[in-house]
Formats: sequence, C-alpha cells, structure tokens
Amino acid sequence: MFKFGSFLMTPMAKYLMLAFALVFPLLAKNEYQVYVMASAFVWAIAVYGLNIITGFCGQLNLAHGGFFAIGAYTLGLLSSDYGWSFWPAFVAALVMTAGLGFLVGVVSLRLKEHYFAIFTLCVGFIIYLLMDKWEELTHGPIGVRDIAAPYGFGLVDFTNTVPFYYLVLAFLVFAIWFMGRLSRSLLGRTFIAIRNGDELAESLGINLMRNKILAFVLSTTYAGLAGALYAGMVRFIGPEEANINHTFDMITYLLVGGIGTITGPLLGTVGIVWITQSLQFLEEYRMIIFGPLLVLLVIFFPRGITGSFLGWMHHKRQQPQATAKRQASKATAATEVESNA
Amino acid sequence: MLQLKNVDVCYGSFKALNNISMTVDTGELVVLLGANGAGKSSLFNAISGLNKPSAGDVEFEDRRLNGLKPNAIVSGGVVQCAEGRKLFPHMSVLQNLMLGAYVHRRDRAGNKQRLNEVLELFPILEDKAQQPAGSLSGGQQQMVAIGRAMMSRPRLLMLDEPSLGLAPLVVKQMFEIIKQINSLGTTVLLAEQNAFAALKIADRAYVMENGQLVMEGDQETMLGNEQVRRAYIGA
Repeated sequence: MFKFGSFLMTPMAKYLMLAFALVFPLLAKNEYQVYVMASAFVWAIAVYGLNIITGFCGQLNLAHGGFFAIGAYTLGLLSSDYGWSFWPAFVAALVMTAGLGFLVGVVSLRLKEHYFAIFTLCVGFIIYLLMDKWEELTHGPIGVRDIAAPYGFGLVDFTNTVPFYYLVLAFLVFAIWFMGRLSRSLLGRTFIAIRNGDELAESLGINLMRNKILAFVLSTTYAGLAGALYAGMVRFIGPEEANINHTFDMITYLLVGGIGTITGPLLGTVGIVWITQSLQFLEEYRMIIFGPLLVLLVIFFPRGITGSFLGWMHHKRQQPQATAKRQASKATAATEVESNA
Repeated sequence: MLQLKNVDVCYGSFKALNNISMTVDTGELVVLLGANGAGKSSLFNAISGLNKPSAGDVEFEDRRLNGLKPNAIVSGGVVQCAEGRKLFPHMSVLQNLMLGAYVHRRDRAGNKQRLNEVLELFPILEDKAQQPAGSLSGGQQQMVAIGRAMMSRPRLLMLDEPSLGLAPLVVKQMFEIIKQINSLGTTVLLAEQNAFAALKIADRAYVMENGQLVMEGDQETMLGNEQVRRAYIGA
C-alpha cells in the first residue's frame, strides 16, 4: 500500500520538490508569479540563517532583519556610490555581514536568554537608525537607487526575472544542503547541546562562547546573502529593509514551518508568502483572514508544519511496536496461565 | 591528585560552601555523603568550573583549577556527570556518547577505542546504540550519562547521585559498575545519599552538612560510626 506520510520522508520527495521548483517558471501564469516565488526563496534563505542561531543553538536573535539590511546596503552602496560591479559587491556583502556578525556576537552572546533577545532587539533598531539618519553614508530615508544588476556568465543574463529566479534557487539549494550537512555533523549536535542548556554543554567540555559566536556568524552570513540577493532583485532599497517587522515576519515563517528542522523554513516561508499573496485582493482586510489562520496553525501545529509532521510519523512508528509488545506480553501471560493450570 | 583548600562558594549573600578542604588521591574511590541541599552539587560545580569559588584553591595534579573555563577543566582530565542524567533525549545513544568525547573530537581512532571500552562496561548500550536516548529506561539512561562522561577519558570522574530514582536492583548493578570503573584506573568522587551502598564500595568518605565537611574517615570507620549509621543508614 502506498503511504503518503512515509513517502514524504524519502529522498524522492526532496527531488520532487526540487523538480517542481525547476519547472515552476514554466507553470507560472505570468512573470509576476515567478518574481513572488524568487522573493519567497530569498526570504527563505534568511530564515535558514535564523534557524541556525535560534532553531539549533536556541538563542533568539532579534537583529536578524538588521543583518539582512546590512547585506542589502553593502551591495547597494558599493555598487551605486563606489561603482563596484555586482559580484565583487556581493562577496563584500557576505564578508561585511560575517564581520559585523562576529563583532556583535562577541558582545551580545555574553548575555543569556531574554537578555540576549532584548540586546539584539536594540542592535536591530540601531542598525535601522543608522540607515535612516546617517545620510552621508546611507542617503537616509531616500534610500539607495541604481544598484548594479547581477551580470551573467556567458549566455545567461540574470537581470531578467526567470534567470534571476534560477540564480536564487541555486543559492537556496546550497543553503539547504549546507543546513542538512550541519545538522548531521558534530558541530550541529554541539549547537543542539547548547540549546539544551549552557551548563550541561559546558560540563561536556564544549566551549560555549566559541560555538555560539560561530552559530551567530553563520546566521548573519545567511542573512547577508539573502539581503544581497534582495538588493540585486529589487534594485532599490531603503531603511525600511531594517524594520523590526521583517525580523518578526521571519520568526513567523520559522515557527509556522517548524523551528529547528531542515524543510521547515522553506515550507513556512513559501506557504505564508503565497497565502498573503492570494489574499491581496482583500487589501488591508486580508489580516482578518490571515490572523485567525495563523492562530489555528499555532493551536493545531504547535511545532510547525514539519515539526508536527515528524512528531506524527514518529508516533505512528512507535505505535505498531507498542501493540506488538502488548500482544507478545499477553501471549506469554496466557502461556504462563496455561502451564500453571 | 585533587586538593581543595578552604573553598567558599556564595550564591549572592548565601554561602553554599563554607571553608571546604579535602583531598582525593590517585586511584581512590571517595564518597561524599550528605542530605539534599547539603552542598554536594555546589562542591562538584566548584571543581568542574561551573561555580566560581569566592575564596580558596582547587588544585588538580598540582594545577590550579579555579579561574579556568569548564571546557579547559574537562580537557584537563576532570569530568562531572551531573545529577538527574541530563541526556539529549532526541539524539541517539551513540550520538550522546560521542558528544562526551567532544574535547578529543580530532582523535577519531582514540575515540573509537574508548567507545569500545565504554560499551564493554555497559554491553546493553551496544544494542540500543541507534535508539533515541529518551526512549531508554531510567537505569539505561544513567548508564548513557556515565558512559558519556567516560568518553572524555577523565582521570577524575565525579558522579552526582547516580542512584537517584533507580530501582534497588539497578542501583546495586550501578554501584558494581562504578567500582569496576575505579578498579580499571579512574579515580572516582561519588556524591550519594544512599550511604550504605556507597560506603560498601568506597575507600574513604566525607560527610557534608550545611555546606561544611563535618566528618571524614575510611570505609570501616564510617560504616562503624554511630552518627553516620543513625543519620544516613537508618540502622
């Protein structure tokens, strides 16, 4: 019998998802849909970054949107004000977010739990203020225009929507692949050990600070990668990119998809982006539908889509074993009674 | 091997440890007796670096431990197996054990050999290696916790109440294994409330009350001591 649940656990399901993503531009009704999907993928990359520091390592980082904006601004300013072309500026954006992530991490990770969350909330706001007020560098509220487009190699030209979609998809596949490798490695398990408790991790000989900083730098680099792709896609950015709302959006995507899982960030982001898109016709009333939908999701899938699915599969697998055990013990009890008689 | 000189530990204004001086010699199995809240765990945490002593010295093999980070102390050969068998319930038994070898993560061959030694001590874990640690029974989980601590190749193993919440038969087995670990060459410091069973395998013991060491003696003296019998053995 074909079991859909078990099928989703196989590698085949992954390849089908990838195949769907590959043919999506052919299935899409118009270029706008391809554009929406590409932007969902960009956000998903950033959410994967949040998943490393918050999902795996257990530290709620509220400056994530800020680092996304730093990635976007680094690429934007280097290309528009300093005449850099896309790819060098792109690499610089990654280096910049990693470097700033290291500096912020060294200071903020000395704090634990909600103090860390509050501190990073402030860091995120400071990043926003810098972009809004430091006009000489960032142009202030006017934002950055004329951002270089990603030029292609040879025949491909990434300035068009469809090739750009494939470019983002390639980075997304890499981001997910890296995440999968990480979760199966000792480093990933070290992060999970830290999530379980600082003291326990320390008593195993884990260097807390070094591993937390590493997780933080990895996550900000993911955010920077997404930010740079975003800048290359919209080609016009403003201080609003650092708005705290983006951070909370990403947390929502992560929670709905399944925190600490591999496919969760992708499902949560793509799902919510499309739900909000399809409710566009309701304009500002769309939150009347979206809000209750979110509440229902949280009530019935508290661990997110992927988390709840994995829990359900686990439960299903345990059940036949438990029934078999019960039957076996009944049988032995019966034979014992018989032999006693 | 381990020497504590006039160690104090404070939590705010509360003095959890008051002027503790004790020694553990190489190869010994020393038991630390005391009721709940006597300060046994605070003392362990002061040795393993999770608590910072406000006064006094902790020395291990003539090296000062206070001020060192917990991970440096684990690499230095002192490991603590915390109370309540804190495992990673969703990880497999094998993954739990391998996290114990964290400080030796580059020495794969050494870890493999050590894993075999640990599995020889706890043969049942070999069958359960791929199961999530959370699905094991209490006794088996305690074995994983001790095994995980052993994976860091300690010279001094500190066990905090390994008999807590285990069935009497399992407790007996656990103490036999601890004795075996000790006879294979690891020095053991064992905190226990189960005084009789612990004293039976111990070389020496300390008694702790309200953050102070109030008594010390070898196995025979302690088992024969009227006060110890009345307070901890109930006979």
